[in-house]
Amino acid sequence: MSAIQIIPLNWYITLSAILFGMGVMGVLFRRNTIIILMCIELMLNAVNLLLVAFSAHHSNAQAQVFVFFIMAVAAAEVAVGLAILMMIYRNTKSTDVNFLNKLKW
Amino acid sequence: MNLTVTEILFGILSLMAIVSGISVIFSRNPVFSVLYLIITFFSIAGHYILLNAQFLAAVHVIVYAGAIMVLFLFVIMMLNLNKETEPTKPVWVQFAAVIAGGVLMITLIGSLKGAETMTMAQPQNSEIGLVGNLGKVLFSEFLVPFELSSVLFLSAMVGAVLLGKKHTVQS
Repeated sequence: MSAIQIIPLNWYITLSAILFGMGVMGVLFRRNTIIILMCIELMLNAVNLLLVAFSAHHSNAQAQVFVFFIMAVAAAEVAVGLAILMMIYRNTKSTDVNFLNKLKW
Repeated sequence: MNLTVTEILFGILSLMAIVSGISVIFSRNPVFSVLYLIITFFSIAGHYILLNAQFLAAVHVIVYAGAIMVLFLFVIMMLNLNKETEPTKPVWVQFAAVIAGGVLMITLIGSLKGAETMTMAQPQNSEIGLVGNLGKVLFSEFLVPFELSSVLFLSAMVGAVLLGKKHTVQS
């Protein structure tokens, strides 16, 4: 017995859309690189939740394995991203993204 | 209006996730952002348990609340960023960001308008999220991607060490 038999799928889609929109908002809104990385995690989690809801709706186990792989990629992404952040901090003494405008046209 | 336990739990968990997600964006102090993000992750783990995906709930708690959040907190403490003074974007950029994010959210929700309320009709196997069933799928159909993810982790590890190392000029 899972919640998808009681709760309509639309609610899960709405919740995921709200979480994803908040992640996008945070990426656009903040200047701190750590917060931006956190908002990326928030977006990945919204997508994961949606995949699990659809997997339960269709009784399909492949989607849950896919979520597992997304989590693995997210962990690797955070490790590399924070290492890059450390290097940025060592060079500019700040985590502000606005200092990194050398590639801007 | 009769609410079942599952619906009440869904509402509470969704409210927790959304409120703490907003707090992640708007709190000044990065340490509080991380702590609110942990609350969001736990409520999403609760959603996984409601959806009968116990394996993913356990992995989610271990990976996100255990590993990723420790990394974030460790970096914040190491860089000594736990102070309130933070440069903010100009006001018009903030307005544009909130409006753009909100419009994306409205678009995603609005695309649901034509969709019927989808409830379960088909005979349903709710056992798919358990460890045994998921392990069978993972190690039969997805064996090669599983092994490849270990290569991904190895390269991520090497990359993180290489990036984090202090460059010393060899003379």
